[in-house]
Amino acid sequence: MQNPTPLATVSFTLDGQAVDAPAGSTILDAARAAGVEVPTLCYHPNLTANAVCRLCVVEVAGARTLQPACVAMVQPGMTVETASERVNTARRVILELLASTVDLHDAPEILEQVERSGADVDRFAGGRRRAFDLMDDNPFYVRDYAQCVMCWRCIQVCAEDVQYTFALTWGGRGLGSHVTTFFEEDLPDTTCVFCGNCVAVCPTGALKGKVEFAMEEGLV
Amino acid sequence: MKPDSVVRSTCPYCGVGCQVLLYVKDERIMRIDAPFDAAPNYGRLCVKGRFGTDYVHHPDRLTTPLIRRNLTAPRPGRRVAATGPEDWRAASWEEALDLVADRLLALRAAYGPDSITANACAKATNEDNYLLQKLLRQLIGTNNIDHCARLCHAGSVAGLQLAIGSSAMSNSIAEMKALECFMVIGSNTAETHPVIATFLKQAVHKNHATLIVVDPRQTEMTRHAALWLRQKPGTDTALFNAMAQVVVQEQLVNTDFVARRTEGFEHYVESLAGKTPEWAEGITGVPAEKIRRAARLYATASAAAMYWGMGISQSTHGTDNTLTLTNLALLCGQVGRPGTGLNPLRGQNNVQGCSDAGGLPGFYTAYQPVTDEAVRRGFEEAWRVPLPGRPGLTTTEMVDGILTGQVKGWYVMGENPLMSEPNLRHAQHAVEQLDFFVAQDIFFNESNVYADVILPAAGFAEKDGTYTNSDRRVQRGRVALAPPGQARADWEIISDLARRLIRRMGAAAAADGRPNPFHGAHGDALLAQWSYGRPEEVWEEMRRVTPEFWGITYQRLEREGGVHWPCPQVDHPGTPYLFVEEFPSGRGRFWPVEFGTESELPDTAYPFTLSTGRVLYHWHGGTMTRVSVLDAIWPECTVELHPHDAARLGLEMGDWVEVASRRGAITARLLVTGRSPEGTVFIPFHFAEAAANVLTDNRLDARAKIPDYKVCSVRVERAVAPPAAQDAGLALTARGAIKDPVVA
Repeated sequence: MQNPTPLATVSFTLDGQAVDAPAGSTILDAARAAGVEVPTLCYHPNLTANAVCRLCVVEVAGARTLQPACVAMVQPGMTVETASERVNTARRVILELLASTVDLHDAPEILEQVERSGADVDRFAGGRRRAFDLMDDNPFYVRDYAQCVMCWRCIQVCAEDVQYTFALTWGGRGLGSHVTTFFEEDLPDTTCVFCGNCVAVCPTGALKGKVEFAMEEGLV
Repeated sequence: MKPDSVVRSTCPYCGVGCQVLLYVKDERIMRIDAPFDAAPNYGRLCVKGRFGTDYVHHPDRLTTPLIRRNLTAPRPGRRVAATGPEDWRAASWEEALDLVADRLLALRAAYGPDSITANACAKATNEDNYLLQKLLRQLIGTNNIDHCARLCHAGSVAGLQLAIGSSAMSNSIAEMKALECFMVIGSNTAETHPVIATFLKQAVHKNHATLIVVDPRQTEMTRHAALWLRQKPGTDTALFNAMAQVVVQEQLVNTDFVARRTEGFEHYVESLAGKTPEWAEGITGVPAEKIRRAARLYATASAAAMYWGMGISQSTHGTDNTLTLTNLALLCGQVGRPGTGLNPLRGQNNVQGCSDAGGLPGFYTAYQPVTDEAVRRGFEEAWRVPLPGRPGLTTTEMVDGILTGQVKGWYVMGENPLMSEPNLRHAQHAVEQLDFFVAQDIFFNESNVYADVILPAAGFAEKDGTYTNSDRRVQRGRVALAPPGQARADWEIISDLARRLIRRMGAAAAADGRPNPFHGAHGDALLAQWSYGRPEEVWEEMRRVTPEFWGITYQRLEREGGVHWPCPQVDHPGTPYLFVEEFPSGRGRFWPVEFGTESELPDTAYPFTLSTGRVLYHWHGGTMTRVSVLDAIWPECTVELHPHDAARLGLEMGDWVEVASRRGAITARLLVTGRSPEGTVFIPFHFAEAAANVLTDNRLDARAKIPDYKVCSVRVERAVAPPAAQDAGLALTARGAIKDPVVA
């Protein structure tokens, strides 16, 4: 291993300020390095960013659509707005839609985003909600996919981001899409090794260790 | 749920030394996570670390000192297991420690210091272990201290010491994900070091590293390998000699490295004559062409590393196995740079630290030899007493020492030798001969039920201290919970006992008029030395007597999370990889190794080769995991047998079988799987009701004194009847986690 050659720097405009960032940075990294907070949900610093949730979108001058800051790279001379009216509206709607379909009571970080963005959690109330039974099929953790925001993190850590076990995958379509196992088998009958790295990265209460679950339910 | 506190500590299981965050609520561990930004695990954990520490809350924890009722009963030879509550009575610390001090000193007076031996503990902290070896050396006057490293990496240690003068893992865990080429040898990494395995898999799939697996058994690692060399058990030296022969034959030797850094090359090359891949194929069963490909891949990679486990070390030729690996690494110059190295993967979370802290019969801290006059003088000055210069007994020799009458008293801290020693009936017979046996532990186990006194200790989450992981990173353990009942941290127990020993020996001097160093002002100074208020004070003493620890302070650990030793100065960054310029022994030495075997070989009466090992969900003798939620997913012993062998014997998955060796027999359920080759039986050694070590052989590697856990001969037959109370176990046809029956 040699010392890496000094990286080229990209200059661009972030919320009206001139900012320099190493070439190859994402807008999210550059913004955070510059002290500008961009809200995220599915993004996790240790995992591959997939831009699933779209909460981190920013407005790039000249781009047709809002850009997910977690994967969009900085470009020389670009102009980025992280909190324009269009961006804020998009974030609010994303959170309002999430709140209308998912049980968020045990997702403090998302609730904080709701609070901060001024999202109206009842805006789309009364529609169909994601309904799944609590799954209790192993000695270590429970799965409550009614609380799942489909961030993809659990599937990723189970696959190539950490464990290479590939026990988890997507199932269903549309509102019925959900995280599941292959052939919907119980976890002990899959390749799962119960490392619980999925539980660790879950941003909501969808995956929870049994001890914590039992303590919350007053069972111990 | 909001925790009352979140405490950063070190996982109590394997040698990876994962950093954990203990979320505590109402005096319970409610959740364990890992800090995502901290080495060595960067947020990753395995099932044992994340879910398997619930044993600390188990109702069977020892909470008070216990003294065997009717203490006069266990006369040597008649000592029996005291397994019922009526066999024990609760005692105060005062009474229990006075008794231990009196009995140890009586043995010392009657039979001499070397009649007492101790087992240090690869799960206890550096500070705990430092104090136990100090107590033995300074106050008892013997070097009879050893621990379970003897049973795991002694073969690696002996071989590495001979070749390069250091037995530490030479490269860091952090380098793994950037590997280019590496061999995994005799290591079921995904089950025994699961978090390291994630980084190794990442190297293969993200960094496109070439993985060569050398193992008779199909493990998860073989699925990620570019090349899998499946040698017959016990034939490793032939395989690696042949790889070296190819390197020489095809002129792939790193001549510059050999010239600058090694000695004994000419003689070694001569010894390779005739050791062709075709010769090795006949012995190992590995096709010659695969041996050639492996040799070329390893030799020509710009950086190539070796990682090995028990498959190399736990053998009557464990030292030779290691030497064939070091020979190959020296030949190719694959050591001393990032991404290269000689890396024995250490088993227990503090097996490295226990050895580093002096829990070995021949060494003080950091491998300073007790036989070295100047070193010993230094310790005599620090500890203010004359010290014995002859190395003590190894754990395997302790057992025989009891039988020959040399050893009378045994102090076992946190180990379970009657699960982990080979040939358990033999070891049990030895324990029955003891005059005095004191055990310090967190649970009753198969060994301490033979003790006279059991001292209740604090578990990992209940004490402060440091642990040293497999890549020599010193890290903190921290108090998250109060110990149950009267249980105390090991360092406190040992210090208290030490003070009692000093007072007694001082009083003896006053009474019989013969002066000794424990008397008067000198004795007071020793008492003051043993008045440690907290583990940090012990570590400060360890720094003072160990130049290579000097740069590591608790303050630094607080700030940096961990520091790799050697670290001679407080502004030294620590040493993630070793041997950049030279080896501790100067030049690396080639050692010619001839293929041979001292192992028990299969015959008509015992036609199968037994290999023992571990499963993901359990830990060693099972003291922790059998009283954990982990036991729910893997509740019983499994005997792995190849489908062809099973068919020949008319046996099916789930059948109860009796496995017998010349030393004993066990009954367990059959797992029919192609993971191990035909003619081989694999049994994990975690299960007391079917203890694999009843079967294993206590013959030893002559240099390392390590037993032959991977090779002995057994027969397998249908059990007459399932053992009582065991027939309601897991149905293996509905396998659950007991899975992966590899189709042959």
